[in-house]
Amino acid sequence: MAECHPVGFQWVMEAKERGATVIHVDPRFTRTSAVSDVHVPLRAGSDIAFLGGLVNYVLTHEKFFREYVVAYTNAPAILREDFADTEDLDGLFSGYDPDGRRYDHSTWAYQGAVAAPATGEHSTEEEVGQPEEDAHRVTRRHHGGPEHREAARAEAYGSGGPSVPFKPELDPTLEHPRCVFQVLRRHYARYTPEVVADICGISTEQFRRVAEEITRNSGRDRTTAFVYSVGWTQHTVGAQYIRTASILQALLGNIGRPGGGILALRGHASIQGSTDIPTLFNLLPGYLPMPHAGEHLDLDSYTAADVGKAGFWGNMRSYAVSLLKAWWGDAATADNDFCFDYLPRISGDHGHYRTVLDQIAGTVKGYFLMGENPAVGSANAKLQRLGLANLDWLVVRDFSLIESATFWKNGPEIDTGEMRTEDIGTEVFFLPAAAHTEKDGTFTNTQRLLQWHHKAVDPPGDARSELWFTYHLGRIIRDKLARSTDPRDRPLLDLTWDYPTEGAIAEPSADAVLREIGGVDAGGNELAAYTQLRADGSTRCGCWIYCGVHADGVNQAARRRPGRDQSWVAPEWGWAWPANRRILYNRASADPDGRPWSERKKYVWWDAEQRKWVGADNADFEASKPPDYQPEPGARAQDAIAGAEPFIMQTDGRAWLFVPTGLADGPLPTHYEPAESPVDNPLYRQQANPTRREYPHPANRYQPSDGAPGSEVFPYVFTTYRLTEHHTAGGMSRTLPYLSELQPEFFCEVSPELAAERGLDHLGWATIVTARTAIEARVLVTDRVRPLRIRGRTIHQIGLPYHWGGNGLSTGDGANELLPVVLDPNVYIQESKAATCDIRPGRRPRGPALPRLVADYRRRAGITEPTGEDGTR
Amino acid sequence: MTTGHTGTTGTTWRDRLAGPLADPAGEAGHADGHPPRMGFFTDTSICIGCKACEVACKEWNGVPDTGLDLLGSSYDNTGALGANSWRHVAFVEQRVPAERVELGMPGIGAPEQPQRAETDDAGVRWLMSSDVCKHCTHAACLDVCPTGSLFRTEFGTVVVQEDICNGCGYCVPACPYGVIERRESDGRAFKCTLCYDRLRDGLEPACAKACPTDSIQFGPLDELRERAERRVEQLHDRGVPEARLYGEDPDDGVGGDGAFFLLLDEPEVYGLPPDPVVTTRDLPAMWKHMGMAAVAAAAGALAAFLGGRR
Repeated sequence: MAECHPVGFQWVMEAKERGATVIHVDPRFTRTSAVSDVHVPLRAGSDIAFLGGLVNYVLTHEKFFREYVVAYTNAPAILREDFADTEDLDGLFSGYDPDGRRYDHSTWAYQGAVAAPATGEHSTEEEVGQPEEDAHRVTRRHHGGPEHREAARAEAYGSGGPSVPFKPELDPTLEHPRCVFQVLRRHYARYTPEVVADICGISTEQFRRVAEEITRNSGRDRTTAFVYSVGWTQHTVGAQYIRTASILQALLGNIGRPGGGILALRGHASIQGSTDIPTLFNLLPGYLPMPHAGEHLDLDSYTAADVGKAGFWGNMRSYAVSLLKAWWGDAATADNDFCFDYLPRISGDHGHYRTVLDQIAGTVKGYFLMGENPAVGSANAKLQRLGLANLDWLVVRDFSLIESATFWKNGPEIDTGEMRTEDIGTEVFFLPAAAHTEKDGTFTNTQRLLQWHHKAVDPPGDARSELWFTYHLGRIIRDKLARSTDPRDRPLLDLTWDYPTEGAIAEPSADAVLREIGGVDAGGNELAAYTQLRADGSTRCGCWIYCGVHADGVNQAARRRPGRDQSWVAPEWGWAWPANRRILYNRASADPDGRPWSERKKYVWWDAEQRKWVGADNADFEASKPPDYQPEPGARAQDAIAGAEPFIMQTDGRAWLFVPTGLADGPLPTHYEPAESPVDNPLYRQQANPTRREYPHPANRYQPSDGAPGSEVFPYVFTTYRLTEHHTAGGMSRTLPYLSELQPEFFCEVSPELAAERGLDHLGWATIVTARTAIEARVLVTDRVRPLRIRGRTIHQIGLPYHWGGNGLSTGDGANELLPVVLDPNVYIQESKAATCDIRPGRRPRGPALPRLVADYRRRAGITEPTGEDGTR
Repeated sequence: MTTGHTGTTGTTWRDRLAGPLADPAGEAGHADGHPPRMGFFTDTSICIGCKACEVACKEWNGVPDTGLDLLGSSYDNTGALGANSWRHVAFVEQRVPAERVELGMPGIGAPEQPQRAETDDAGVRWLMSSDVCKHCTHAACLDVCPTGSLFRTEFGTVVVQEDICNGCGYCVPACPYGVIERRESDGRAFKCTLCYDRLRDGLEPACAKACPTDSIQFGPLDELRERAERRVEQLHDRGVPEARLYGEDPDDGVGGDGAFFLLLDEPEVYGLPPDPVVTTRDLPAMWKHMGMAAVAAAAGALAAFLGGRR
């Protein structure tokens, strides 16, 4: 965090000064480790073992917060008899289809689960409840093939998640052998300190120290917070890393309470915002799922699954209609389904890496790159460039000519002869972009806090904001289409594209956009909160979770009342979604009767006299719903949530220790080795995540793992990361002298032991080789990197900062060139934090000798098309 | 916001060149009522090595970059303070016992042990520290400057005026810390000004403003010294006995620094001189010796002349 988020890290340092214990769990010894109380240098890719060990510790030592767990989590829920755990199936859950390498979720459901009646993709039960053969038939009928069926999985849920029956059967004693608690206990029983030490390469003392610290600091009087970044997400089991932390935090009672939680630090400023109002193919604003072609024929079929739900997702139709009204205004009416047909549809995986392969296949013809440099920043950068080189047109908006804009003349493949400039037909448009200091707008941070930034100076020359570019592009296209009578142009022509502009360059008003996002009623009055949204078309709101950000006609995100002038929660600094709530699910900060768990940690509580929830924050609960409220049979949406069920977005109002449906790779996190690992999985016969997504391609070869023939050719683990001095793929830093001089060259970090083993000299050159390519780096030999003892062997790790490419002041090879494209099956993120390689002294070959070297490695490792695709040993 | 302004009364020649001096600005001729002496307290125990100070300094002061040079000195590619680096973050990697407290094991590890993950107690410590011009109470650079380019500001800081500097370079060897340096491109001497322009506008220096953890603290030197004493006590109470101040003592060889530090190891570890002495401390004695020598020479010459007459 100190390394990549030094400004935010000031609060950690402040907490430390106030007595907080700071624990850093990271393969790397970073600037964070330097100031932490404890650093645990575990092997890259072993975090689920570590966290699973902590879960086991909490359960075996009875350190969990029992009242919280019984009342607020699904620990007491009873599962079906035919559910089989990884304990029973040696690393697989019940429902695995080895041919399709995916799961049928039906056996993961709560006991007594009935198939949801809805027709939407949220109702996976409908499909997966069938025998396998039938399921395929149903799938084909509805989705047009297995590929499309995949799109109806994790990516299709939005944040509403899949439906489950309103209330599971519960055993509050937690004794029932098939209750979640007992399943959890059995699942993690083998994650002992000794096994954790063996997998992670740490000492049992290091593990126990962390276990003792976090359990001592959790409970009624104390809370512990987890902070993670892409070191957790960029794995083939990335979503399950976060799930493990969720289980741990729920067991310890650290969710919905001050000082608790799990905080995601994003790659750079406002990535949270670009997830809330997404640049993702499968989501609409506010985590509404993107409609699916063939499945969502109209608004009714799109919303049907959610309309029946308990919890606030039960109002999903109001959120969707208000969004459609914000976009298409008066053109959106009840008679035309509020222009639902105008929305684009997905038909399968259209994620980043799938799109690149589609570019190579020639089915994707055009590409916008706005502040993204995939020729440096994405896994297997060669694959990226092969895609870029096969486009008709490419628009690059950035501060400078990044590698993704110049690949056609100076990419690595030009040097090796694998591409020739004269063969590349891509027409590249470079448009200079304004920096954040040159435009108005918001940043949304990890706590969902929106903070407005004001333009300080005008952008130089032709540089323009994204808002300017997008607005005027739309305006020009609409002008060109103005006389069109073609119905396919109606979605563009009917858009509410009426933002006021200001100044000499006609900059659209960012405040007007924020107002549209914040929502208005039929009279044009700004809304205060999402609870005011209606499904009848009387409200407009560009993102339901942001509803209220412009309440009272005030840009709430621009509020800067100093903390000393208000309560310690500081509700008048910026604005947090939803409804300016600073802690989500904060009903959990009080006990089931509505009393604070402790005086020290009191946050919101039930005031019996006023008959409402009061406290330091805006309660994340219906203000007047008493703790003893019980829903009537047949109640819907929030009315179906009882007064002691804090997790109001969940259909059962509870935090899910066990996920009964919705995840592609299992209801409980399980340690799998990275797709490329030098060691075996000591826990199960199943080596790697069986459902990980692979994209075999001649330029994307996978390496053998764990003692399979050829794996000895790539004996070392490498992990990629960032340095404080540079920004991601370098577009914002490698062109600046003051930053470039601070980290002037690409380097690799190795231990003295590895340097001795491979003859690497400090400040000399090394060549790092994978089945994808070979790159060169200067060598930093440092005690901060240490060999690990794993499975009885010494394992060396190599650290590679990934900022470099061929352009700018500070240049070098890109670490991401080495990575395979192999993805988490839930969110399609690449495994860039753990893979295997070889390292040798000296510079890499130039020209055609480079691919020859890589080909030689592939031959020695016996790599053929299917290598690495079998997750079982 | 007060310092004991004593003016020049009672100050001896010697006090002006070395030893404690309550009010360097007053001593330099700034009238009574001048601002209190301002300085930096750099608490390296909370430095996270982000180098924001280095960049903010260069941005604000228009200091040139130093080029692309991978030094291999941990994450430090600046190397040292100089004409083009007025803040410098040092990175010190040390092997130390990993779990000093809880295991009760002896401090020295056995790095060659094959079972190191279980038994080896050698961990790594990574010290970071942002160095800067010390703005000495007795600034030799200023004392030797023949043009008056270097001067003592009303804030008690030491500033070099680039439009007056003639590039003679006398100040360079005079500095006991090796801070001031001539810029190769134009020959003139440059160093930290403690953002004199910002101070005059009531702003804090750029480095302190940019420091996210308040490792670099700016303020009246008296207050900083008190705060630093408390901080050291606090760290000692927390089991960090190695915490110590550097450059805060008015009795040291430079009369105390206007920019002083809290360190977690010996000064040498950070590349700082352990016992800096103002190089002009002995100037009076030298003048005396030189005067005596001159008299002797003159007497000799006279004697020779007189002798010649004989």
